[in-house]
Amino acid sequence: MADFKFDLVSPERRLAEMEATEVQIPGADGDMTAMADHAPTITTLRPGILAVTHSGGVEEYIVSGGFAEITGTGVSVLAEKAIPKSEATAEQMEKLVADATAAFEAAKESGNGVDEADAVRNTMTELAASVA
Amino acid sequence: MANLKDLKNRIESVKSTRKITKAMQMVAAAKLRRAQEAAEMSRPYTERFNAVMAGLASAAGGEGAPRLLSGTGSDNVHLLVVMTAERGLCGGFNGNIAKKAKAHAAELVAAGKTVKIITVGKKGRDAIKRDLESHFIGHVDLTEVKRVGYENAQDIARDVLARFDGEEFDVATIFYAKFVNVVTQIPTAQQIIPFEAPEGAENEDGTLYDYEPSEEAILADLLPRAVATQIFAALLENGASEQGARMSAMDNATRNAGEMIDKLTIQYNRSRQAVITNELIEIISGAEAL
Repeated sequence: MADFKFDLVSPERRLAEMEATEVQIPGADGDMTAMADHAPTITTLRPGILAVTHSGGVEEYIVSGGFAEITGTGVSVLAEKAIPKSEATAEQMEKLVADATAAFEAAKESGNGVDEADAVRNTMTELAASVA
Repeated sequence: MANLKDLKNRIESVKSTRKITKAMQMVAAAKLRRAQEAAEMSRPYTERFNAVMAGLASAAGGEGAPRLLSGTGSDNVHLLVVMTAERGLCGGFNGNIAKKAKAHAAELVAAGKTVKIITVGKKGRDAIKRDLESHFIGHVDLTEVKRVGYENAQDIARDVLARFDGEEFDVATIFYAKFVNVVTQIPTAQQIIPFEAPEGAENEDGTLYDYEPSEEAILADLLPRAVATQIFAALLENGASEQGARMSAMDNATRNAGEMIDKLTIQYNRSRQAVITNELIEIISGAEAL
């Protein structure tokens, strides 16, 4: 399998830069897997797990939204917040859940995007349970 | 002679001032390095983000574009977000930003527009309140923040966007100092709403992308983030600029204190010599009188 460039950046730092064989992206319209020579695509992310397969195994990152730019030669993920799953602490997860819950409450009040916010909250709660 | 003692005290006090300014300079140098690193780290994100935004904005601009991109259709009410430091003793840093913002505000008022101002940073608030109290509508306090994070930028962005949704203003501009090097920081005004792609952020290879879910949906999702990203980049620039300005201001202060000490020491030695000569003359003339 051909390798391509993968990088994951957040506003505060570059989290990863490596050669990967496939990247599984939690797209807003459903998960998608990008491999080399993928058609150029830009997709927004929903909160979830970003899985990167490379020669040394699989790395997983918890991302909280942002977008991914896929070109034939690489994938760049711009995440607002991203934590390597192996490094995530219960504390960080609690904060993500709290943020998601707050967003859900806000959505309920305004009446906009309640379902989306609810889905985000559920994902976060599940993720938190899987980490803890 | 009391004068001698005064001089000595003065020298001592200038010496301790020099110690303080020297220490502040070194602290600023260390903080500057950290601030620059933080700015460096955020660059890949900002650049990529702006490139994608520039591509999207040029593709989706036109009829039916989100208001964050196309504007409200008028430009009567301007919001100025003035970002300065929380602390002083950094040369003209705060003053320059405030001056730029005030000039901009004066221009807008002269053109018959309404101006509203939000400040970030205590020093800017003080400067703006002095002259433009009536335009002042809010302040973001970062006194407790040791290290500016993306979350701080998001908070500011949320505040600005809420005001935009509440139709409180039509155009938003941020004011901050761009870091060039330790001696040069350029006060800069940048329009964030409606979105304007920063210069040099063109999508150079011209690749045609598929958009998922859709161009419009992505744009609607990214525009609010663009506001936060631009504010974050400005905050980081500002952080580096502040430390740079403080470093050179304190460097100057240290050097001035050194010069002052040299001058005072010469004066002190001269007066001491004068006192000795005087005493000798008195002794000799006393002896001769016998």
